[in-house]
Amino acid sequence: MSLEKIQMTEGLMDIMPPEYQELVSNATFGNEDRSWKDIGSSKELIEQHSLCAGCPESIAFRFILAAIPAPEDTIFVGSTGCTSLVFPHVGVQNIHSLFGNQNAIASGLKRALKLRFPDKEKDVIVLAGDGATVDIGLDYTMQSWFRQENFTTICFDNELYANTGGQESGLMQKGFVAKMAPMGKKFEKVRLPEIAFEAGCHYVACLTVSKPNRVEKAIRNAIYVAREIGPTYVQLYTPCILEIGKQSMEGLDEMKDSEAIGGRFVMKELMTDEVREFLKEKDAEQKERKKLAKAKAAAVTA
Amino acid sequence: MNIKVAPSSGKIIMSETVEFGVKGPKDQIVTDPNHMFFEAERIPNFLTGSEVIKEAIKRCNLDMSVAYPITPQSEAAALIGELYAEGYVREYFRGENEFGVMGECAGAAFGGARVFTTTAGPGTLRAMENFPMWAGSRLPIQVVVTCRGVNSPLSIQPDTLEMYYLLETGMMIWHAETAQDLYDWILAGFIVAEQPDVHVPLALCCDGFFVTHTKDTVSLQSDKMCLPPYDPYRAPVPCMDMENPPIRMMRDPFVMKSNYISYMTHASWQQEVHAAVERSRKHTLVIMGGSLLETENLDREILIVASGTAVSQSREAIRLLNEEGIEIGLIKIKTIRPFPSQELLEATANAKTIFVPEFNIKGWLGREVRSLLPNNERVIAGPHVAGGMTMPSEVIVEEIKKSLGIKGAHMASRG
Repeated sequence: MSLEKIQMTEGLMDIMPPEYQELVSNATFGNEDRSWKDIGSSKELIEQHSLCAGCPESIAFRFILAAIPAPEDTIFVGSTGCTSLVFPHVGVQNIHSLFGNQNAIASGLKRALKLRFPDKEKDVIVLAGDGATVDIGLDYTMQSWFRQENFTTICFDNELYANTGGQESGLMQKGFVAKMAPMGKKFEKVRLPEIAFEAGCHYVACLTVSKPNRVEKAIRNAIYVAREIGPTYVQLYTPCILEIGKQSMEGLDEMKDSEAIGGRFVMKELMTDEVREFLKEKDAEQKERKKLAKAKAAAVTA
Repeated sequence: MNIKVAPSSGKIIMSETVEFGVKGPKDQIVTDPNHMFFEAERIPNFLTGSEVIKEAIKRCNLDMSVAYPITPQSEAAALIGELYAEGYVREYFRGENEFGVMGECAGAAFGGARVFTTTAGPGTLRAMENFPMWAGSRLPIQVVVTCRGVNSPLSIQPDTLEMYYLLETGMMIWHAETAQDLYDWILAGFIVAEQPDVHVPLALCCDGFFVTHTKDTVSLQSDKMCLPPYDPYRAPVPCMDMENPPIRMMRDPFVMKSNYISYMTHASWQQEVHAAVERSRKHTLVIMGGSLLETENLDREILIVASGTAVSQSREAIRLLNEEGIEIGLIKIKTIRPFPSQELLEATANAKTIFVPEFNIKGWLGREVRSLLPNNERVIAGPHVAGGMTMPSEVIVEEIKKSLGIKGAHMASRG
């Protein structure tokens, strides 16, 4: 798809909802260097969200949707949970089918799109919560990595089942008292980033969403590597402020505390040597592209 | 209850954007199904049911298949792998289990691919959550179900109980009697399932081992021809390839909304899915010779109503009874969903006694027939065999004789 595909004929434009008109006139399609920095000056691909006020998932959604390099050719696969309440508001195609089968769906989808569009890169991105990724869907998550499927898996880690009311999950910290863990969780937080790397992910990142530039870099790295090399995994700490007893304005502090030295979300990246080299080249390419664009803009002004 | 419909145009309707005569996989010629099904020359072959599945898929212009081993469908699933290696099927891999496989099939169908898979018994039940999702998402996937026991203790033997579980998933359910049915209906299945006013999945069921592992004479068209490709832009729902404008689907997601609009939306969509299954009749009729039933001697007082290989066993029972001067008519039901209610009402109008022999313990077809027909004391839901037992024609003969008050031959198995 391209920007032309979402354009309306003149005559129909005025009957379209204002958010669609804005999408056509002021969204960042077809610009590989689109960025979280466009937030506020361009139309975002997320119109509203139905999450709790101050939920860090909502800001994670905004950063991710601003950071994906080709929204015009990106399909998201979601799962049941808080994220499935947001996807209906997003201006990118997305599939929600069952709870836990997201990586199976994405495997079939990516392969079908490779068949149907052999000359075009269609990015498939899984975005699901920790219950879907690590508990009910772990088999499908890991099997897609074993099979070296070319897509990115993003996990919104809020360390519990938020949407069903705060039950214990595999990514919950040991000792945390929650529903279904009335005496505290008895085992350690599952080390999925390490498991992902061992299971065949070529690039793995684990971080909070407190810093948009870091989120953007991790997401773009993951997507580029998934296109060229193999599966990638990004785990983002998006605390459920409601279930851990915080106020709406305290999500950012919670994330900052947890990523400080000694915290459980100190930013972590795992990658193969091949990926390290590949990302270096990608960075150089991007710099060159930006330099050229700047020079071109300067020439126009002059 | 369905209204009896006529085949809409007497012809299979195809996408206008699809070209005939061009090359498909392995230089096969993309052929008008009207020619392929009704006119093309056929040559008899002696094949097992599993080989027949391979032969049908070879001619289906298939994009993708996902496989997982489970008896008795493993051989068919592996043979499709050979088609992939030969270049007839574009994508193929082994999934992790049936729940995963059906998800992978769904992903591919969401992405606009023609998808086929096979499963059986416990695999069908493991995959079960996917089937209403397929139907609700309007994915025209075809799954061949080679029915086997689902009970514990473990059984790998033939048993059609799993079809009971499939009945209300929103899929079309067809029940093949023979390898020829299986072959013809795999080809027909894609054409019917992909019609814009249908566009729901098809579970094409056959009786494991009896059909999959026995050899039968099957007439095949030349493998130089194949079906036209699936046209995903003819679907009644958007293809998930970002080639359509991404729409914001709704202001508030309906899930979890406790209000009338939300209930109404979900209810009407379910109605639409089941209505789509009903609408498949007019397309199926064109391909299945004008009726969803196959009937013999409807003027008889005693009728047998059956589906699958219970039909074959009934034919032989009828021959045996005929030798003794007892005359019986036969109704074969080809499609279980949609259920040919009106046709069955008419066909049984004059029957005094109706037997429904089945290869499962609960007799789901007997219940369907009983719930439909007036004066349903006429319906004798049986005989039943289960757990892998065969149904010798003599068992059917004895059941009928018993109801007529004729003392049957002593049967060793019944003590």
